[in-house]
Amino acid sequence: MQDKIHSSYKQLEQKSKYTNMFLRWFLYFVLVVFAFYFIFPLYVMVVTSLKTMEEIRQGTLLTWPSGLNFDSWLVAWGGRGYGAGDTFLKPYFWNSIKMVVPAVFFSTFIGAMAGYVLTKWRFKGDKWVFLFLLFGCFIPYQAILLPMARTLGVLGISNSVIGLVLVHTVYGIPFTTLFFRNFYVSIPSELVKAARIDGAGFFKIFFKILLPVSTPIIVVTIIWQFTQIWNDFLFGSTFSFGEAAPIQVALNNMVLSSTSVKEYNVDMASAIIAGIPTLIVYVLAGKYFIRGLTSGAVKG
Amino acid sequence: MKTLKIEELSKNFGSTEVLRKINLEIDEGNFLVLLGPSGCGKSTLLNIIAGLETINEGNVHIDNYNVSKVEPKDRNIAMVFQSYALYPSMNVRENMIFGLKQAKVSKEKIEEQLEKVSKFLQVDALLERKPSQLSGGQRQRVAIGRALVREPRIFLFDEPLSNLDAKLRVEMRREIKKLHQQLKTTVVYVTHDQTEAMSLGTNIAIMNHGVIQQNDTPENIYNKPSNTFVADFIGSPSMNLIKGSLKESSNKVSFVTHGSNIEIPINRYDFKEKSNLDNKEVFFGIRPEHIFFKKSNEEDFEINLRADLSEYIGHEQIMTFNFENQEVLAKFPSTVKIHLSKNTKLFFDLTQISLFDAKTEERI
Repeated sequence: MQDKIHSSYKQLEQKSKYTNMFLRWFLYFVLVVFAFYFIFPLYVMVVTSLKTMEEIRQGTLLTWPSGLNFDSWLVAWGGRGYGAGDTFLKPYFWNSIKMVVPAVFFSTFIGAMAGYVLTKWRFKGDKWVFLFLLFGCFIPYQAILLPMARTLGVLGISNSVIGLVLVHTVYGIPFTTLFFRNFYVSIPSELVKAARIDGAGFFKIFFKILLPVSTPIIVVTIIWQFTQIWNDFLFGSTFSFGEAAPIQVALNNMVLSSTSVKEYNVDMASAIIAGIPTLIVYVLAGKYFIRGLTSGAVKG
Repeated sequence: MKTLKIEELSKNFGSTEVLRKINLEIDEGNFLVLLGPSGCGKSTLLNIIAGLETINEGNVHIDNYNVSKVEPKDRNIAMVFQSYALYPSMNVRENMIFGLKQAKVSKEKIEEQLEKVSKFLQVDALLERKPSQLSGGQRQRVAIGRALVREPRIFLFDEPLSNLDAKLRVEMRREIKKLHQQLKTTVVYVTHDQTEAMSLGTNIAIMNHGVIQQNDTPENIYNKPSNTFVADFIGSPSMNLIKGSLKESSNKVSFVTHGSNIEIPINRYDFKEKSNLDNKEVFFGIRPEHIFFKKSNEEDFEINLRADLSEYIGHEQIMTFNFENQEVLAKFPSTVKIHLSKNTKLFFDLTQISLFDAKTEERI
């Protein structure tokens, strides 16, 4: 009797072993397919940017370049050196830096303050304030283009980097506030009470006690805001043109305005250059990103 | 002198009444425990004393000065929190002197205080560590140290032991008791743990639904609970409350339950008011530890009850008996052998009973 039961257990054991093995291999197969799928465009971009126009015309998309030829990168960054019509990324790259650094700083700082107030200095109606701020996350960008253009005009900062800083700061606040609020909710309010009894005021508690433990969420916010603002095209193309344009707008102009031949190698190099800063931010701070996003869930 | 005096204090959160007409006084050097189930308003009361919550009505006096509108930092109080609330980015030293630095105390004085307190609490070896590098007990000590360096008039403790494991909790309880014996500072201590309350307090205020049910010494709280809530809340298992009525004939009072011929004579009981006792509906209260399996003194009331259930918990056993279809619990040493489903001879110690009005649930 017992032998019979045991042998049937054995069969089931074998069966589930095979099923598990099959599922595992299937999983790896799917993962590999997706990995190729995602890496493929990047591969084409890098490879194409290193080729000469001659190679591009003769080979296929996938052909390996003949050598490490950075000419198209130099052209994309610094231009060819002749006067009118020569568009290159360098000045616009600095425009973007000048726009993104203050905008990220101010939106992060204001979001941190707002999150601090909404969690640790509750007031009547604070839930409504937070709710309305959240609406800001869902309003489509296109809907505010006209009123924003008018506002910038009245303020006298349309078509300037400062104008873009303002737009991105204002538009970032709902997101940064949301991040910081959710983070500070998980920090015990007893800390604030203890500090109040110890005699610390509103700003001292913020700077001395909460801000030093906010590193993970600051990193998350910076990555998020940096990526959003750096990659923005709509606000940049609407509220600026010519000299004041950020890099994404310049990239667009550059790729569209080439008159004679499509220089794919230069286009690809430009696109990579325009994407590099966000990549750098991810590589430097990426591990904090995941940690910061999940840190609210686990009480520290 | 009254270190702390609270008058007619009420507090609402919106339409919810959290505290209702609280009156409380503490003498210099006393240890008052606010005890009650969660949500009874005890923590809110403590926060109000600290100045962290506003008051809707009433006043708080510290050293005969009305502090109702005084900032927490200026109230001469220090508070120890349940989560310790140590500043995570600062080391132990910075944590302990943060308050003194805010108060612009001189450097020499700060160092002196820090040395004295850290030695006293045996945390002097930990001064450079961050809170995350400390064990639960050490964190607790640092939190107490942070309160001590300020030399406050009143210590406020908000469930300081409930985050510790059972063994450490007993140790830290003793340490807090020693601390109070040595320093003789006035303490207000919030807990939901009756053992903590009993062992630490010189006074216990039992709260429920925002009202103080009884404010008395631990002995009186245990022996003479002022209503059924207190009787039920204190003691483990809690007091047996047997429903029945009183019978008075020719100046002799006795307790009877409906439809039974058991009559328990009440002749040693100290009635608050000895009138209109006949036919009064009451709860007859007797603690499980005051029911014996053998006669201990002449006054004991002998009764035969059927044992229904036995719970063995090591040093003792809790027996459930059937008293006219009401459950009566008794606590015996675990060495006593009692047969289930059989009648057992029991002895009620009638000097230790309490009687409550069945309608008002107040002690009579």
